[in-house]
Amino acid sequence: MTAGTQDLAGSPAGGWGELVAAAVVGAGRRGVDEGALLDAAAAATVRRRAGLVPGPARRLPEPAAHDPRPRLPAAARRRLAALLADRSGAGGGGRRGPTPDLAELIPEWLRHAVECGYQAPPELLPPLLDAARARIDLRPHALALAGPRGLWLAERAPQWAPLLRDGAAGPALPDPRDAAAVRALWEEGPRAGGPGTSQVRSALFAEVRRADPAGAVELLASTWPAEKAEDRLAFVELLRTGLSLADEPFLEGALGDRSRGVRTAAAELLAGLPGSALAGRMAARVRSLVVLDRSEEPPVIAVEAPYECDAAMERDGLVATPPAGMGERSWWFGQLVAAAPLAVWQEVFDGRTAEEVVALPVADGWRPDLLAAWSRAAARQHDSAWARALLGTAPTSPPGEPPAFTAGGPGASRPPAPSGPGRTAGGGENVPGRDPARLLTALPEAERAAWVAEFISAHGLSEAFRLLGACAVPWPEELGRAVVDALEIARDGGSYPWSFSGVMGLAERCLDPSYAVRLEPLAATHEEAEESSPGAAGYWSEAFQRLVATLRIRAAMRDELTTPAALRP
Amino acid sequence: MAGRSVVGMDGLSERWSVDQVWGLAPDASSRTAAGKLAAAGPWVESGAAGGAVWGLCRGSGSRPYQAVVDLRGPAYKCSCPSRKFPCKHALGLLLRWAQGEVADAPAEAAVPQWAAEWLAGRREKAEQKAAARPAAERAPDPAAAAEAERRAEQRRQRIAAGAAELEQRLTDLLRDGLAAAPRGAVWEETAARMVDAQAPGLAARVRELGALPASGPGWPARLLAECSLTHLLDQGFLRLDELPEPLAATVRSRVGLTVDAAGLLRGSTLRDEWLVLAQEDADDGKLVTRRIWLHGAGTERMALLLAYGAAGRAPEQSLPTGLVLDAELAYYPGAYPLRAALGTVHAGPRTPAGEGGRQRTVPPGAGIAEAAAAYGAALAADPWLEGIPVVLTDVVPVPEEGDEGWQLAERTGGRALPLHPAAGRGAGVWQLLAVSGGGPVTVFGEFGHAGFRPLTTFSAGTTVPLTGTAAGAGAGAPIAAPKGGGAWR
Repeated sequence: MTAGTQDLAGSPAGGWGELVAAAVVGAGRRGVDEGALLDAAAAATVRRRAGLVPGPARRLPEPAAHDPRPRLPAAARRRLAALLADRSGAGGGGRRGPTPDLAELIPEWLRHAVECGYQAPPELLPPLLDAARARIDLRPHALALAGPRGLWLAERAPQWAPLLRDGAAGPALPDPRDAAAVRALWEEGPRAGGPGTSQVRSALFAEVRRADPAGAVELLASTWPAEKAEDRLAFVELLRTGLSLADEPFLEGALGDRSRGVRTAAAELLAGLPGSALAGRMAARVRSLVVLDRSEEPPVIAVEAPYECDAAMERDGLVATPPAGMGERSWWFGQLVAAAPLAVWQEVFDGRTAEEVVALPVADGWRPDLLAAWSRAAARQHDSAWARALLGTAPTSPPGEPPAFTAGGPGASRPPAPSGPGRTAGGGENVPGRDPARLLTALPEAERAAWVAEFISAHGLSEAFRLLGACAVPWPEELGRAVVDALEIARDGGSYPWSFSGVMGLAERCLDPSYAVRLEPLAATHEEAEESSPGAAGYWSEAFQRLVATLRIRAAMRDELTTPAALRP
Repeated sequence: MAGRSVVGMDGLSERWSVDQVWGLAPDASSRTAAGKLAAAGPWVESGAAGGAVWGLCRGSGSRPYQAVVDLRGPAYKCSCPSRKFPCKHALGLLLRWAQGEVADAPAEAAVPQWAAEWLAGRREKAEQKAAARPAAERAPDPAAAAEAERRAEQRRQRIAAGAAELEQRLTDLLRDGLAAAPRGAVWEETAARMVDAQAPGLAARVRELGALPASGPGWPARLLAECSLTHLLDQGFLRLDELPEPLAATVRSRVGLTVDAAGLLRGSTLRDEWLVLAQEDADDGKLVTRRIWLHGAGTERMALLLAYGAAGRAPEQSLPTGLVLDAELAYYPGAYPLRAALGTVHAGPRTPAGEGGRQRTVPPGAGIAEAAAAYGAALAADPWLEGIPVVLTDVVPVPEEGDEGWQLAERTGGRALPLHPAAGRGAGVWQLLAVSGGGPVTVFGEFGHAGFRPLTTFSAGTTVPLTGTAAGAGAGAPIAAPKGGGAWR
C-alpha cells in the first residue's frame, strides 16, 4: 500500500467522508445495503490507517541551556525518586508507626544536593517541580537543583507556571545593578496588574535591596504614593534586609502613612535602629517614666506609667487601644519600653550592666511588665547581652499562658538569681510576653544551643518544642544528649510517646545522624514499668525505632551525595 | 526439557542490582516502603543460599514477619498480611541483598525451617509440573481428546451465533443511522449477550463501541470505523474455514478464544537474549493487565507478554525495564505474531553487560516515516492492530499548543507524528520532554493510528520508564478523540 493514499478506490461515491455521511443518516434512507456500507467502511478504515503518513512538524522547542553541573550518583538519584514518591503517598492521619516519614527529609536532601553542586536528573524534574509547587518551603532549593532545564520545562507547562511567577525562579528578573531594566520592570508592574505582579515586584525589590540598599529606597520612593497599601506594607517589611540609618528619612515619612499597618511596620523598624530619631524620642519618653530610687538599699526601680497616649506617640507606632482585659497605662508603658533603645538603661541605672539591671527590685509590681518589654526590645535589637541577662531568669511555667497584665500585679518582687536557665527552677515568676524562643534568636548559635540544653536538663521537654525550633541544625553534641536523656526520662515516667511527638519529630530531623548507634538500645522493647500507661513501652520502642531509622536514612542520604566522584557508579 | 537443570544456577545466583530489585515493585508506594525497610528496617537472621534469600523483619506486631524469596521465579512469601506482590518486606529484603547487606549462608543447611519448608514445597511442585508434561505428551487419552473436541466445537457454534447476532445489531444501527445511535444500557446488554456467547473479545469491542457515541468532535467517523472493524471480525469468524491459518488464528484470538500457554511452550520456542523495553499496567477496575514488551538481541524480534492480576493487585510476573534475560519464548499463532508466552528462563533477568559483553541497552530504532510504513505493513496482516511496538530514534517532543496536541518531530524539524491523546494527559510526556531538553531522544512506544504512545526513553546510558503514561492509556482504554489530529497528513 502506498503511503499517503487516501482516495478510496472501490468506494465509488468518493471518500471516507461520503461513507460517514451515509452512515450518519442511515443506510436505509440512502438506499444502500448496510452490509455493503460496512464492508466499504472496513476497507476504507484499514486503508486510511495503513496509509497514514507523518504530517508537518510545528516549531521545535528551543533547546534548554546546558547545565554544567555533574549528574547525581545513582544511589542519590534513587533516593530522590523515593523521597518524591513518598511525598504524595503516606501522610495523613494515623498513628506514627516505626517507619520514618520521608517527606520530612526532602528539605535536608535538597539543601545537601544543592550544596554539593549536582544537577537534578531530568526524568525526576516533573515530580520535583510538583513538590516545589506544593510546598513553598522546598521551592528555593528545589528550583536551584532543577536548574536551567527545570526552568525550561516549567516555561512549557501550565501546571508549573506559578513557579515562574514567584520570582524564586530567578532569571526572569533583571540584574539588580541594571538600573534601566530594573526601573522598567518596576514601573511596568502597577500598570500591568494581573496575578503575580506583586510577587514579581517583591522579588525584584528584594534583589535590589540586597545589591544596593540605598538604590532600593530610591526606587520605592519614586512610586510610593501610587502603591497599594498591601504592597507598601510588603515593601517596608523588605527593608529589614540591610536596614541602616540611611533608611531613616524614608521610614520617618512612612510614619505618617495612611495605612496603620505601614505605620506600625515603619515604627518597628526605626525602633530596631538604636541611633534613629524615633529611638531617641522613645528614650526621652521612658527616661521620664522609669527612675532609680536610690533611697532604698538596694535601690529600687520606680515606674510611673504614662497617663495618655498623645498624637506624637501614636505617630511613633504606639497602638492606643489596649487588648481586652489590659489596663491602658501598662499597655502604653510596655510599648514605649519595648521601642526604646536598650542603651538608655545604662544611663538611667548609673552604668549598671544588663544583668545587674534585670536583678534590681521593681516597685509596685511593675517587674513583669518591664521584663516583658525589655525582652521584646532585646529580640528586636538583637542585643545578646540583654538577651542573656533576661534568659538567665528562665520562667518555670509555660511561656504561653494567658496574659496576667494588670496595673497592680503581684507585690514587690524578689531579685532573681542571676545567670543559668536551670537555677531558678523554684523562683516562680510568671512573665507573659517574655518569649524565650524569640530572645534566643539574639544569642550566638552555640550559646543558644547550650542554653536550651541546660533548660531541658532542668525542666524536661514539655516546654522545649519552640526553644528547640530556635536552634541551628544539626544540634550540637550537648543539646542532642540533653534531648535524648530527657526522652529517656519521659519514657521511664510511663507516659505515652505521643505527648512528645513534636520533639520526637524535631529530633528525627535535627539530631546528628551519628547518634543512631547510641539510640539503638532504646529502640529495643523494654519491660513495662508497673505504673506506666498500658502498652506505653511498646509505643516508645516504636518511636525510638522510628528515630533511629530516620537518622540512619539521613546518614545514608549524606553518604550517597558525598561519595567522591571516583567511586561513583 | 533441554536446559532445565541449568535454571538459576549460573545466572540467578549472582547478586541482582538495586535497579533490578526496584523494578520488581508493584507500585511507587511499595517501592518507597521497601526503601525505608531496606535502609532502616530491623532485620535479623537474614541470609542467602541456594537461589533463595530470607530474613525476619520486625513490624509493629510482636512477631517479626518472615520473608523469603525464591530467586528462580522470582517468587515471594511473607507472613505479613499485605496483598501486594511482592510485599514491602520481600522487596526490602531483596534490596538489602542487592546492596550486599545480606551475607551468603555457608550451605543449604543454614536455611531456617520456615523458609526451607516453603522453598521445598515450591520446588517440588515445579518438578511435578515438569514431570507431568512429558507424561501428557506421551499418553494422549483418545476419549478425553474427543470430549475436548466436542466441547470446542460447541463453543465455536456459540460464538458463531453471537457473531451473527452482533452482525444483526450492526446492520440495524447502520440502517437507522449513527445519528440515532443508542447510548449506555443497550450496548451493555449486547456486550452481556456476547459474554453469554463465550466471545469475550467481541464483548470488549461492543463496550468500546458503546463509549463512542457523542464522545467529542468527529465521533460518528470513529464509531463507523470501529463498527466496520467489528463487522470485519464477525465476518472473519463466520468464514473461518475460508481464511489462511495464520489469519484464522488472529481472528480466533481477537474473538476471545485462548490458546493454552503450556501447550504452546511444548511446541517450538525461540531462545534469545531478551531486553525488557517496557512494563505497563492497566487497571480497568476488575482486572489489572500487565503488558511487558521484549526485544530479542539475536532475532531482532519484538514480543509482548501479558500477565493478569485481580483488581488492584499487581500481577505476579514482573520484569524490570532495562534488564535482559536469556529465555525461551513461544509466540501465539497469528498473522502478525507479537504476543508470546515466557518459557524457560536460562539466565537473568540481569543488568545488561557493559561494553565487553557488547549487549545493547537500546535496540536499533527507526525514523518516523519507517515506523509509519511498518504499521501499514502490519495492518495488512492484522487489520485490527491498534498499534505496533517501535523504537524511534532522533525525535524531538513538541509540547501541545492550544488545540494542537503533542508531537514527536524529526530532529530536522520536517515531519512529525502526533502523540496518542491519552499519552498527552499523563505525566510521562513531561518526563519525556524533560529528558529531551529540546534535543533529540530515542523512545520506545506503541505506534498506532491514534498516535504514538511513549513508554520508555533512553538517555545518557540510563533507561527511563515513562511511568506517568500508564494511567488510563492501557490497551483497554476507549478510543479518544485525537486532539487536533493535525500531525497526520
